[in-house]
Amino acid sequence: MTDKKTLFINDTEVGFTDEKNVLEVARHAGINIPTLCYRPDLTFYGACRMCVVEQVGRGIQAACTLPPKEGMQIRTNTTEIRKIRKNVIELLLARHNRECTLCTKSGSCDLQKFALEYGITEIRYEKIKEEDFPKIDNSSLSISRDMSKCILCGACIRACSEFQGIGVLGFSKRGADTQIQPMAGYNLAEVDCVNCGQCVSVCPTGALTVKPNISEVMDALCDYNIKTVIQIAPSVRVALGEMFGLKPGDNSIKKIYAAAKKIGFNLVFDTNFSADLTIMEEAHEFVERVSKGENLPLFTSCCPAWVRYMELKHPDMLNHLSSAKSPQGMLSAVMKRILPKEYEGYTKENIRVVSVMPCTAKKYEANRDELLGQTDYVLTTYEFAKLIQSQGIDFDKLEEIEADSPFGTYSGGGTIFGASGGVAEAAVRTAYNMITGENLDDINIVALRGVDEHSRSKEAQIDIKGKKVKIRVVSTLVEAEKAVQEVIKGTADFQMLEVMACPGGCINGGGQPSGCKDSQTKVKRSIGLYKEDEALPIRNSHQNPDIIKLYEKYLEKPGSELAHKLLHTTFSNKKTGSYTDFSK
Amino acid sequence: MSAETKTKIDFHQIDEILESFGYDKTNLIMILQKIQSIYKYLPQDIITYVGDKIEGLSPASVYGVITFYAQFSLEPKGKYEIKVCDGTACHVRGSMPVLEEIKKKIPLEKGRMTTKDGLFSIETVSCLGACGLAPAVVINDKVYPQMTPAAISIIIDTLLKEDE
Repeated sequence: MTDKKTLFINDTEVGFTDEKNVLEVARHAGINIPTLCYRPDLTFYGACRMCVVEQVGRGIQAACTLPPKEGMQIRTNTTEIRKIRKNVIELLLARHNRECTLCTKSGSCDLQKFALEYGITEIRYEKIKEEDFPKIDNSSLSISRDMSKCILCGACIRACSEFQGIGVLGFSKRGADTQIQPMAGYNLAEVDCVNCGQCVSVCPTGALTVKPNISEVMDALCDYNIKTVIQIAPSVRVALGEMFGLKPGDNSIKKIYAAAKKIGFNLVFDTNFSADLTIMEEAHEFVERVSKGENLPLFTSCCPAWVRYMELKHPDMLNHLSSAKSPQGMLSAVMKRILPKEYEGYTKENIRVVSVMPCTAKKYEANRDELLGQTDYVLTTYEFAKLIQSQGIDFDKLEEIEADSPFGTYSGGGTIFGASGGVAEAAVRTAYNMITGENLDDINIVALRGVDEHSRSKEAQIDIKGKKVKIRVVSTLVEAEKAVQEVIKGTADFQMLEVMACPGGCINGGGQPSGCKDSQTKVKRSIGLYKEDEALPIRNSHQNPDIIKLYEKYLEKPGSELAHKLLHTTFSNKKTGSYTDFSK
Repeated sequence: MSAETKTKIDFHQIDEILESFGYDKTNLIMILQKIQSIYKYLPQDIITYVGDKIEGLSPASVYGVITFYAQFSLEPKGKYEIKVCDGTACHVRGSMPVLEEIKKKIPLEKGRMTTKDGLFSIETVSCLGACGLAPAVVINDKVYPQMTPAAISIIIDTLLKEDE
């Protein structure tokens, strides 16, 4: 921390330390400056001009790119500034598709919000005709692109290149013709998009939205011949409540179960259970690979965006990926196989599995050739909250209930799956037990925790009875690529690599209620998960009684033949780019 | 996708060009100019290739640079590249009637700059620095000064005859 300095905002003295811009200083002082394009985790861009403020003596400046200085005099709310902001909104709306009621972002759209706040009642410019709007790109399984709603703030471009290093989207053409699009007018499904949804998460308008699946789910719910079962992912519990007035990190899982029952799901299960199951298989695989010394380091494979990235960019290294399915994939497969044996009236054919995920890429994962027909529909956290709202359920007044048996119990290891570092921590807890037969003295592996922008690459060394194992944890594919390059060069000294594509992990996934405006939201959500881990009576995946039962009754042991059939999957080269055909 | 016919691309040559510019993204414009001088346009496969090979760039960002600058072309240019100067001096001295005459003689499809037979491509440029010769037209690096509709008509007829 540097020394505390002061500046003046609207004639009030405000202290600041290491804030990078006046916008942050104002926010910390409780003064909100409107912005459409400012995202604290991305580079500051100054595109939208909504955050203009007056620096006395220097004139109008964009607060997001203005570094704070001692004694600076800032005014955030003068008549002139309001007029400029109003004009900005009006100009943005001039070429905007103003069919707000038909937009999936309606209600959570920043542009709509500011238009209301600044009292925009008419727009002096002529409306663009509907037939002149760019076509909607619905090619992707996860993301819908409607450029008639784009304000060219470039947040999506920054997210894709700065978080993931892929840069699927870019500005093209110039001046009034400027557009944001993938290369050469390709659609999203044809380029190297990994479906992580970070572009959706940072988009201030309805230009990039999650491909909705609510209506299909409703159809299944209303069909009495169909048994609907639902699974809720770890990080949903600490974020969904934000849509109902709870704070980020408040754990509302028992209300989420209750809401699911009220909506009409026949059985409610928890993906945390299958996170434990994933740990059993993955830890077993890890122990085996370490003892044989092959295919190391092991790369985790629960993040579908990361898996797709590997298939696109490093198809020759797929042997490093753990063949264990993701928790979503495991639970869906297990449910379709085992529920008919446990519950009357359930058959493989009449079960529809709906999963609630913080992730847009899970929609893609469910449709992978290898996994098709297991998870039927994927809803994002945001969609599920919308579904709850549409059913007239008062979330606040719901009575807390437990999940159904036999896939409802979980350990702390399962719950921390949602934060970057959690998968590795849970895997180490169980791998240690598999090797030594004992549990770790201190199961808190603090070095692997932390989800802010300084913790995107973490390492821990574990001493397993004299054998030292090094674990690397990364979030964002930019960091993942660095780790992969180390493996390629042979300088990697770690034996396990955990990757989550979204910065901070699933808690900050593309399907969560957007937390991009403030870099603390994801931190609070992760604290919520680690709190639950601390509070649970069982914190090791291998001690989950229902997991033990599942192996005893059906799967024998981790890595058994049936376990492999049901719980493991394969990967394949998905490299795009026609140039590869003649490059050699 | 566009009906672009696949051009045979020598990727070793592209590698050499990238190598000579040190695979540095700040040299992108020069790299693209060099490639365009060989192929007369920038084929899609090359855009993807360059975007993948240079660190910090992606196909989309390379495409963005190409579509930003008028000097780059995404479609093959014609055998005769006609550049009509429409800088201020040429404009006031009557470059537009010259352009109209060219378009009358060489009809283009809407949104295209090259004729279907690949013989001509037509574009306007902003100031060739030959204001003393206004209005100026450049065809394949040869400057035709003080153009009139009648004069350009004869020049095009000559080119057409040469090509027969």
